[in-house]
Amino acid sequence: MNVPQSPSKEITASKVAGVDVGGTFTDLVMYDAETRTVRLAKTPTTLDNQAFGVLKALELADADLATLDLIVHGTTTTTNAVLERTLCKTGLITTEGFRDVLELGRRTRPNAYGMKGEFRPVIPRDLRLEVPQRLYADGGVYKELDEAAFKSALQQLLDKGCESLVIHFLHSYANPAHELRAGEIAAKIWPNENITLGHALLSESREFERGVTAAINASVQPLLRRYVERLADQLADKGYRHDVLVMNGNGGMVSARRVAIEAAKTVMSGPASGVMAAAYTGRRAKIPNLLTYDMGGTSTDVALIRDAEPAVSNEIEIEYAMPIHVPMVDVRTVGAGGGSIARITEAGLLQVGPESAGSTPGPICYGRGGTEPTISDANLLLGRMNPEKLNSVSSTVSLADIEGIFADKLGKALGVSAQEAAAAVLRIANTRMADAVRMVSVSLGEDPRDYALFAFGGAGPLHATAIARELGVPRVLVPSRPGITNALGCVVADLRHDFVNTVNKPLSVLEIDAVHALFDQQSAEGRTLIEKENVEIEELREIYSVDMQFIGQTHLLRVPLPGPRPTLEELQDLFEKAYFNRFHVELPEIKASLVNVNCSVIGRRSEIDLSLLIDPAGRKSTLEDALTGTRKVWFDGLVDTPIYWRDHLPLDAQITGPAIIEQMDTTIVIDPGDKAVQDADGNIIIELGAGV
Amino acid sequence: MTIDPITLSVIQSGLQQVCDEMDLSFSRAAFSPVIAEANDRSDGIYSAVDGALISQGASGLPVFVGTMQYSTRTLIKMISEGTVAAPVPGDIYIVNDPYLGGTHLMDVRFAMPFYRDGEIFCWLSNTGHWPDTGGAVPGGFSASATSVEQEGLRLPPVRLFKQGELDMEIYSIICSNIRVAEQRIGDVKAQAAALLVGAERLGRILDRYGDDVVKEAIEELRQRAADQMRANVGLIPNGVYRSKAYVDSDGVVNEPLVINLAITAKDGELTFDFSGSSDPCMGPMNSVLATTHSSVYLAMRHIFPDVPISAGAFEPLKIIRPEGTFLDAQYPRPVSGCAAEVSQRIAEAVFAALVEALPDRVTASPAGSSGNFALGGYDPSRERGYVMYQISGGGYGGNSDHDGLSNGCSTIGISKAPPVEIMEQQYPVLYHRYALREGSGGAGKQRGGFGLDYEIELLRGQATASFVMDHGRFGPQGALGGKDGKPNTVTVWQGGEAIVPEHLSKAQDIPLKPGDRVRVGTPGGGGYGKPEDRDPKLVAEDVRLGRYTAQEASDLFGVDVV
Repeated sequence: MNVPQSPSKEITASKVAGVDVGGTFTDLVMYDAETRTVRLAKTPTTLDNQAFGVLKALELADADLATLDLIVHGTTTTTNAVLERTLCKTGLITTEGFRDVLELGRRTRPNAYGMKGEFRPVIPRDLRLEVPQRLYADGGVYKELDEAAFKSALQQLLDKGCESLVIHFLHSYANPAHELRAGEIAAKIWPNENITLGHALLSESREFERGVTAAINASVQPLLRRYVERLADQLADKGYRHDVLVMNGNGGMVSARRVAIEAAKTVMSGPASGVMAAAYTGRRAKIPNLLTYDMGGTSTDVALIRDAEPAVSNEIEIEYAMPIHVPMVDVRTVGAGGGSIARITEAGLLQVGPESAGSTPGPICYGRGGTEPTISDANLLLGRMNPEKLNSVSSTVSLADIEGIFADKLGKALGVSAQEAAAAVLRIANTRMADAVRMVSVSLGEDPRDYALFAFGGAGPLHATAIARELGVPRVLVPSRPGITNALGCVVADLRHDFVNTVNKPLSVLEIDAVHALFDQQSAEGRTLIEKENVEIEELREIYSVDMQFIGQTHLLRVPLPGPRPTLEELQDLFEKAYFNRFHVELPEIKASLVNVNCSVIGRRSEIDLSLLIDPAGRKSTLEDALTGTRKVWFDGLVDTPIYWRDHLPLDAQITGPAIIEQMDTTIVIDPGDKAVQDADGNIIIELGAGV
Repeated sequence: MTIDPITLSVIQSGLQQVCDEMDLSFSRAAFSPVIAEANDRSDGIYSAVDGALISQGASGLPVFVGTMQYSTRTLIKMISEGTVAAPVPGDIYIVNDPYLGGTHLMDVRFAMPFYRDGEIFCWLSNTGHWPDTGGAVPGGFSASATSVEQEGLRLPPVRLFKQGELDMEIYSIICSNIRVAEQRIGDVKAQAAALLVGAERLGRILDRYGDDVVKEAIEELRQRAADQMRANVGLIPNGVYRSKAYVDSDGVVNEPLVINLAITAKDGELTFDFSGSSDPCMGPMNSVLATTHSSVYLAMRHIFPDVPISAGAFEPLKIIRPEGTFLDAQYPRPVSGCAAEVSQRIAEAVFAALVEALPDRVTASPAGSSGNFALGGYDPSRERGYVMYQISGGGYGGNSDHDGLSNGCSTIGISKAPPVEIMEQQYPVLYHRYALREGSGGAGKQRGGFGLDYEIELLRGQATASFVMDHGRFGPQGALGGKDGKPNTVTVWQGGEAIVPEHLSKAQDIPLKPGDRVRVGTPGGGGYGKPEDRDPKLVAEDVRLGRYTAQEASDLFGVDVV
């Protein structure tokens, strides 16, 4: 459906650049719809100021900023600040008696077993102040806000050098009046815009989760504000004339002018953009149900996409006792990556991870002093990764060195050769990662066998077929540029706004008209926000869902709806079906209750032709021409295996495994008996066992 | 050995995965918030021969780490003796009898035989904490019960599901004897469904690797877990390690109960001797044998978290049956306090005994109480009765790496405490504070973590307050020269007059009127190492953050902070 917009304000984004700043590299994808060209760039991330890397990437891609219509940016500025605790000095003013909520948490410990563990609150105790003020749970006033005390608290925080402020009162979700009034007073005294009201980001009960969400928002807000302003200025200096859009953790993007207001939403934006790219690719490839598998050096991100829509969660915890409860793409991180270390336990069993060699010293093959066998080293030793890469990375380590370490540290104890030990490392690692993927899928109520595996990240395509086999997943999809998927996510991202309203009523007393009215209100608000962004969109649509439960239950089940006008009977019916699918239990004895009404308003931008990601002119006419050689690769023993260069593959190529496909940013392993074909967009689709 | 170590690792993680999926399925479908939110449940796979633990879900409540193998073992024995009806495929037993390998009555266990080719291959079993099983008080934690009949309905092993069908006759007997019965059908179905999910996944593993291979792997894994525990325990020099830990009182007779532990380490094996511990008590602070064993196992797993949970890991841990003590309670001794409180004191005794031998691994004593505070009453504005539970954490012990955690979960649990906002939505109460309990952490080179300080006012209607807590008489023990954490405190204001319960941490049915208040201070963790060895800068930092006063810094650490 086309939305009429005023043409004068509208930008026809025919030339768009997506720039994603990751932990190690800053990646760029630039798409020009008129000339039908794509340019890519990769440059090391500049940690002190990510903007340098962004500018460098644009420079490497020869981007003419004056003619660029749109820059969409994914940044880890806030992610790093939270994880490394390089936060801005932030003060909290809260209800009398409750300043320690952020430090006490929900009475937990980091691990189920082990009585050690530490926790550092986002805001230290001396910067958490209390004022007389109290509401009842229904929003009624128990004690009025003491405005004089509030002003004095503001002054104390300023004297202590706070740059950002959180106002967090108990039960503000039920009645925000005190927070709003306090916000008004603060706006006159506080020297900057960095004021976060607890209810503004998340209007739900649970004081710890809401408080931490607000505290994280406030503590990264000044950083993000400074960063995007500086970046926008630098881009403007170089001739860029439009708004910079920044990726949010919900997979949508928002103007750099406004992104800092809800800065906490950017904390998970990197992984979210990768998943958005996967959803986009899958929709075009007509494979809309995907499990994404993004394996990097230290960790692996997994997400589920159903009908080309990524699963979204409001309950993400970015690390121990650090909840950010705003809707974000539900990406789960598994602590296993290329750097995971293999060792023999005291029981004589081979174990891979959870220890990781990280990036320093890293795997042995990095040549930075690593001496523990890792997954990456196993891939190299077995010929799955190109051993010649070793020479380009480092001259201090040879394949023989790695072989020696595998024989010494693993092979001896297992009574096998170095290669067999390496194969065992991969088998154990793949089993564990498959288990982790299965748990993600099962916890979302889905059977992994109904999905295809979308492999990306530098190491994802190396392991994808093995993991798919473990999971019983029939197909693997490897996109054209697995190593720059996050940047692609920026280019294809939608404009998106999510709304949640709590109703919490049994269906027996629910007024369905009120639900319809809420949907209308959510939809109207979302459309208004999207129109303000001045970005051309092709289609505006809404996704409606409700969260339901049986009365007496605490967990919620999300029930997708076909539209905004469900009847009570439909709600009951859809819920029962969803419940049975998830738990295989029918409960006719118990009544259902509707808890939340949800709507996402999504503005989709014009289609991007993904087939351009690999230059069509570079493709050869026959498969033989794409062959770069053969080498011995381990598949239950060493096998002479053909090696292809991805960019040279003819689009109609069919490859039966064993085979290796190499490209600039990854290596794809095709197991014996598997069959790989390409689709019109240049995705490689591997059908397991189809080549036999 | 014929099975290769790589296949062994793969099967090990496969069995673990089966249990993890059962845990997940149970929690997500359960109605009781104790199970759904607090994960007060556990799922596992048990040997067909002797009920020995094969594998258990990683997210199960720690106190169940060893109990289900005892209940499964007892069930197998009773079937072979003919005292319990033998199963056919599709049957699921229900049992909550504490003396048949359990904890307290609220922990209801389901057990399902898993068949291959008409033979029982293994048992799948789970435990879930039901919100009520009848008895004198809602929820089952009666601080003054003197026999198990007062604590609730006791079920011997009976087949609640027969060939896949719920037996409505048994179910109706259960429902007629418990509170809020109408929601239990949801928990019953969730608990049974989790076992079915496990059966389906386990079947796939057997189909893939073959029954004989898996059987062999299970035996081999048991052996290797034993080896691993032996290697760990071997770090402890041969010798005898002693400790004592005290339960404040049994709730009926106001005298402390002592746990007297002597651990003998010899060549990679530990023998736990509790002789000299107190006699069985009148009140509900008795422990049944299965819980006593489980408490030792969970303490050892806190010390060596890497050893997989399996019967093999327990083999090097010999526990001499503490006959004639309150740690081996017999029918009809009341036992509601065993899983929540006594188990934590047993764990504390293990920590205190081993901290000198393993100073890098063991911490000073943690708060070690679940902090159960139950408020039961009638809310006139909603025209309904209610029972509110406030559970709370306390400080953890200092340790070789760092200071203890503040407001940590109970040693035997992993459940979160409910938010104040949710409590106030549901019950006619107002919290005046929910704060760090200043000064409560035991002094030490690494100090203990801090407890919680909360105060609740009753807003409407009449109510009664009951407490089942501990460490009110003695604080959690310091280690290696560290001081004890501050003990638990309970104060009740009735009409403006402050009352301290006679048993300090335990009381039942104290009447409250609107405006009356309850204030609780939970224990701080024990300190680790001598306080005078603490870095004065850290002492000054604690004073700056208001965790200790300048006076306390001077008195406890000998540091003058200006």
